Amino acid sequence: MEPFTTHTGIVAPLEALNVDTDQIIPKQFLKRIERTGYGRFLFYDWRYLDDAETPNPAFELNAARYQGATVLLSKENFGCGSSREHAPWALVDYGFRCILAPSFADIFYNNCFNNGLLPIRLDGDLVEGLFREVRASDGYTLTVDLPAQVVIAPDGRHIPFEISAFKKEMLVNGWDQVGLALRYEPDIAAYERGHGIG
Amino acid sequence: MAKNIYEKIWDAHVVRADAVQDTVLLYIDRHYCHEVTSAQAFEGLRLAGRTVRRPELTYATMDHNIPTTDRSQPITDEMARRQIDALEHNCAEFGVTCFDMFHEHNGVVHIIGPELGLTLPGMTIVCGDSHTATHGALGALAFGIGTSEVEHVFATQTLPQKKMKTMEVRVNGQLQPGVFAKDVILAIIGKIGTAGGTGYAIEFTGQVIRDMSMEGRLTVSNMAIEAGARAGLISPDEKALAYLEGRAFLPEGKSWTELTEEWMSWASDAGCAYDCLVEIDGSAIEPQVTWGTSPGMVTGIAGRTPVLAEIADENDRMAAEKALAYVGLDEGIAVTAIRPNKVFVGACTNGRIEDFREAAKVAKGYTKHAAIEQVLMVPGSNLVKKQAEAEGLDRVFVDAGFEWREPGCSMCLAMNADVLKPGDRCASTSNRNFEGRQGKGSRTHLCSPAMAVAAAIRGHFVDVREWEYR
Ligand code: SF4
Repeated sequence: MEPFTTHTGIVAPLEALNVDTDQIIPKQFLKRIERTGYGRFLFYDWRYLDDAETPNPAFELNAARYQGATVLLSKENFGCGSSREHAPWALVDYGFRCILAPSFADIFYNNCFNNGLLPIRLDGDLVEGLFREVRASDGYTLTVDLPAQVVIAPDGRHIPFEISAFKKEMLVNGWDQVGLALRYEPDIAAYERGHGIG
Repeated sequence: MAKNIYEKIWDAHVVRADAVQDTVLLYIDRHYCHEVTSAQAFEGLRLAGRTVRRPELTYATMDHNIPTTDRSQPITDEMARRQIDALEHNCAEFGVTCFDMFHEHNGVVHIIGPELGLTLPGMTIVCGDSHTATHGALGALAFGIGTSEVEHVFATQTLPQKKMKTMEVRVNGQLQPGVFAKDVILAIIGKIGTAGGTGYAIEFTGQVIRDMSMEGRLTVSNMAIEAGARAGLISPDEKALAYLEGRAFLPEGKSWTELTEEWMSWASDAGCAYDCLVEIDGSAIEPQVTWGTSPGMVTGIAGRTPVLAEIADENDRMAAEKALAYVGLDEGIAVTAIRPNKVFVGACTNGRIEDFREAAKVAKGYTKHAAIEQVLMVPGSNLVKKQAEAEGLDRVFVDAGFEWREPGCSMCLAMNADVLKPGDRCASTSNRNFEGRQGKGSRTHLCSPAMAVAAAIRGHFVDVREWEYR
């Protein structure tokens, strides 16, 4: 997995509560057995007109100013719904490295870390403020410094955020979780012996 | 010290408390798989040259993609067929038991786990599926995971986890006749919101839960995730034991007394503590119907769609406005004025035998309303299907003009051919009413099986408490 340390990118706003995984990636694309290539299906039902090809001009992410965005700004309970990892796969494949929102659904939040995608919880009022700033200036970018746990605004403001020490280290080092757990193989084997498993 | 059920199961499954910083390595007793979220995990194993550590603790089923019509016909959807084949090959290669489409134990993963006795009190259970919370109704710690985590469990039989907070949701009183488990959980979500349980494991307690059948409890726990909680639990009691007795895959080598004593020991201790408590008056719960595009957008049958000007919070008002526009309903209209054109009874929420018994009671002696184009009755498993047929429920449905189908997820998420058309309005016993969930541009109103069938017969939602049973 690609390590995540600092990242600077254009911010795109997605102004909706409870953005669910069915919206992030509709089920018809869950039939694929590959792990890549989901980016073009991201936000499919919102993003395209009925012909499924023409970008929907009413969908904000399609605006010229947000092309190339790598930081997504959204509202409460982002990623609610199903456990499909296709949701972070689609976001990453589209180009996003970081999502800012007041809250995330638990399973989605976990899934992000296995894909080098950093979800950051920020206070609701702060997020409202960022929405205003993003809309007010073309090409608005934010810098995320994960080791220092801060988001840096264009005016130099430092916005601190919380993250579990384990999750942070995983992303910063780009660790393979399975490899990590297998270091404890003797503990797993001992647990199994103690419980009559195997 | 008195412990709640979550704490007991957690403590008993810690492989290493100091595994990585603030995260514990937790042992997983049972791993369920289905075709949609497993292929990439098996592929990951293959690429890394790893194996499934405990194939005997792992069970797979096909449910999301499979047709609910005649299965002797080839699957015409090329992509679906590829995914189903992949599961079959992967299970054969890695030694995992797979209940394929033709197997007598086939069904929706969250229906078959409990009914086969694979889900037991005190277990840690995971599945690449958010409704894994369902299994918690039997006193297990069960939660949904992503595909990378599926691969992790395959390879290590463990997961790195942080302890969740615990919430007690106590449902007091007694349900009115015509009010069901589905109404209880929808009312809970209506109260605490779709993110109310985020970060928590919920234990459901109280008189209403104690009085509820095991099937009903599975319905409640199923939708814990719709309240934001990854896990829902109910302490095992006599009803759980009675439900488990005689199930096909119970552990061998222990007497019934030994098993039941062990199972009962997982129940929350008297006087245990939780991080938070929510109390609901069960006697006041009406039959529930969702009006919007999130399960929290719900009201009683006597209720109305919201009046936007009355919603104080700006974000909530925006969300309600967007939802009403999507579902094509005006503000302030009575729920009883909502007229579905299709009805779906099934899913891991309400696809158990008791659900079809309740549905049949309402349907008996009636036929569907002329404006209702389709009523799909989809059992959650082959065993449910056989049992329903043995009781003659299928005949009641067919006589009423409903379609009795093969088991599967079906129109719950519409990955197979059971898809709504744009503009269709469906009374559905599933668990999600998200935009496009049952088909692009389709509208979903979640409710209990009895309410769904009553709507199929009357052509609009009615209060099933006043139903004239024939
Ligand atoms: S019935 Fe619906 S919610 Fe349940 S597992 Fe299938 S798709 Fe998921």
